[in-house]
Amino acid sequence: MSENVARRGFLVGGAVLLATGCTSNEPAAAPSSAAPAPAPAASGNDQPGEKVVIGFSAPAADHGWIAAIAKNAEAAAKRYSDVEFKPVEPTNDINQQISAVESLIAAKVSALVILPNDGQQLNQVALQATQAGIPVVNLDRVFPDKLAYRTWIGGDNYGMGVAAGHFVGRKLKEKGVSDPVIVEIQGIATLPLTQDRSKGFADALKTYGFSVTAKQDAKFTVETGNQVATSLLQAHKKIDALWNHDDDQGVGVLAAIKEAGRNEFVMVGGAGSLNAMKEIQSGSSVLQATVTYSPTMASSAVRLARLIAQGKGMSDLVENQVPQSITLASETITKENVEKYLPLGFES
Amino acid sequence: MSEPTPPVRQAAGARGAQADAARTNLLSGLRGVGELRHLGLFVALALLVAVGLVTRPDAFATASNLVSVLSLAATIGVITVGATFVIIGGGIDLSVGAVMALASVWATTLATQSYGPVVMAVCAVLVGTGAGLVNGLLIAYGRLVPFIATLAMLVAARGLAQRMSDRKTQLVQQPDNGAIVSLSTTRVLGIPLLVYVFALVVVLGWVVLNRTTFGRRTYAVGGNPEAARLAGIDVRRHTMLLYALSGLCCGIAAILIMARTTTGSSTHGDLYELDAIAAVIIGGTLLTGGRGTIMGSILGLLIFTLITNLFILNGLNTSDQLIAKGLIIVVAVLLQRRNLKERAP
Repeated sequence: MSENVARRGFLVGGAVLLATGCTSNEPAAAPSSAAPAPAPAASGNDQPGEKVVIGFSAPAADHGWIAAIAKNAEAAAKRYSDVEFKPVEPTNDINQQISAVESLIAAKVSALVILPNDGQQLNQVALQATQAGIPVVNLDRVFPDKLAYRTWIGGDNYGMGVAAGHFVGRKLKEKGVSDPVIVEIQGIATLPLTQDRSKGFADALKTYGFSVTAKQDAKFTVETGNQVATSLLQAHKKIDALWNHDDDQGVGVLAAIKEAGRNEFVMVGGAGSLNAMKEIQSGSSVLQATVTYSPTMASSAVRLARLIAQGKGMSDLVENQVPQSITLASETITKENVEKYLPLGFES
Repeated sequence: MSEPTPPVRQAAGARGAQADAARTNLLSGLRGVGELRHLGLFVALALLVAVGLVTRPDAFATASNLVSVLSLAATIGVITVGATFVIIGGGIDLSVGAVMALASVWATTLATQSYGPVVMAVCAVLVGTGAGLVNGLLIAYGRLVPFIATLAMLVAARGLAQRMSDRKTQLVQQPDNGAIVSLSTTRVLGIPLLVYVFALVVVLGWVVLNRTTFGRRTYAVGGNPEAARLAGIDVRRHTMLLYALSGLCCGIAAILIMARTTTGSSTHGDLYELDAIAAVIIGGTLLTGGRGTIMGSILGLLIFTLITNLFILNGLNTSDQLIAKGLIIVVAVLLQRRNLKERAP
C-alpha cells in the first residue's frame, strides 16, 4: 500500500515539474535589479588581497526585501576576485538555520555574515562561530550577546519612524494644518522593529505638536495592506497624512487608495522599493516620499566581512580595524532626490 | 438539468436522510432565506450592525462603507461558495488559499501578461480548476483522505507559486492589462464590478446546489456515499467534480484579488482555507457532509468581514479581532448542535 502511494506521489510530482516548465517569467527582458554600482573605496581596499571565504546565512525570502538581501550579498561578493562566497540554503526554520551555520563553521570559512531569523535563538551558534575564531558580521537582527559577533550592521527602525515623522510634520506645518488626522499602517504589530518604528514616528510628530490618530497592523503582505487600508479609509473620511511602514504591502495600500478615489492626503512609504520610487517619481501619486531601510546593507555586510577577514580597516576612518557597530541612517526619498536612489531600489 | 434522474429518486427513497435533504432542497427556494436555521445568523449580523451604529455612527452606516465591506468579502466569498459544495459533499479543501495564490501568480507572469487581460483571466481560472482537478483525482481515484490530499496541494501550490514568482510581488501591468484592475475600480450604480462577480457566483452556486441534479447528488454523496453509490450515482466522478468546482472558484477569486491588489503574489490568500471553512461552519453546514446551504455560508462570511470592519473602524487591534472570531466559531457550533438535537425526532 505505502509503495503504491509513493508511486502515485512520484507521478504527481512529475506532473508538477512538467507544469513548471511552461510558466517562465523569462520572455520579456526581466527587469534586472542591477546591484547598485558601488563607489570605489577611497584607499586601496578594493585591490585584490588575501583569499577569503565568506559564509552567508539568511532567512528564506517571503518578501521582496529579504529576496534583495540575498541577491545583494551575492552581487557584492562577486565583485571581488579574492572572495569565495559560500551561501547556505535559506530557511525560515530556526533549527535549520542553526545547523546551516554549524556546517559553515565546520567548513572553516574566513568570516560569516548572518541575518538570523531570530537574534535570540541564533545567538548560541554565533557564539560558537566566534569561539572557533570565525568573525561574525551580524546583519540587521541583532544578537543579544556582544560576545557572539564581531560587527553589527543594520538599519535604524526608530530612525525610520523619525524620518517619516519629520517629513509628515514639515508637510503639514507648511500647509498650516492644525489638529491633523494622521494614520499609520504598521507591519506585524508584535515585532520589536514595528514598535520601534511607531515610537520614532510618534516622537518626531510630537516635536510638531501632532499625534497619530489611528494605527492598524497589516502583516507585510500586499493583500493585508489592501484590506486594512480599505477599512481605514472608511473609518476616516478626511486624512491629512498616512505613513505605511512597508513598501511591499504599500502596493496593496495604494490600490485601496486609488479604488476609493482618495487623494486629499500625503502618504509616506517605508523601505524603498523600486515600485514606490517610481510612484514618487511620477509626481501624480499620493505617495510623496519613502523612508529607507535598504537591503543594500547586505552588500555592505559582505564588504565588511571581507575587510575583517583580511585584517583591513575602513579606509575613511582612522582606525586600523572595522568598527564594532554600524547603524545605517534612514534616508528620505522624495521627488527631488529619487533619481539618485533608483539604482538602489529593490523589486518588491 | 432540473428533473431528478430516476436513480437519485431511488436513492431518496432508499434513505431517510436523503429524502429529507432532497425534499428540503426542492421546497427551499426563497423560503430558505428566511428559514429558521438562518435566524441566528441574521440576529448575529443585526447585533454587529447595531454595534457599528452605536460606536461609529458617522463612518459605519454609509453606502461607501457597505460597498467596501462587500468588496472585502468578495474574494473569499467566491472561495466560500466552492468550499460549501465540497463540505456538503463530505469533503474538505484546505488548498483554497494556496491555489488562489498560484493562479494569481501564474496569471501575472510576464509570459502570461503579454497575451492580455482575457488570457490572464482564463489562465487564472484554468490553473485553479486544474489544481482542483488534481485534488479530485487524488481523492476520488487515488483514495487519499481529502484532508491529506488538499494539505499536500496547499504546501505544493504555495511552493510552486513562490518558485514561479521568485518570491516577488508581480504587478499587473497597466495600462496594457488595466482591464483586470478595472474590475475593482469601475463602478456600476456605485458598486465595483467585482461585487457583481461575487453576487453572480453566489447566485449560480445557489442555483446549482438547489435546482440541479448536480446539487442533489452533492447532498446525496455527502450524506451517505454508499447509499448514493447503490442508487447509481458515480460517487467518484462526482467527488472529483466537486474539487474541480472548488478549484474553479479559487481561479475566479484569483482574478478578483489581482483586481483589488493590482498584483499576483505567493503571499495572497494566506489562511483563507481557515476563514472559508469557518464561514461554512458558522453558516450551519455540517463538516460531516450532507447538510448545508450557500446562504448560510455567505452570512457566516459577512459576519467575519463585518467584525474586521468594526474593529478597524474603532481602531482596535487585530489580536482582539482573532479572539472574537474564535469565540464566534465556538458559539455558532454550540448553537447548531442544540438546534440539531431539538429537530431530531
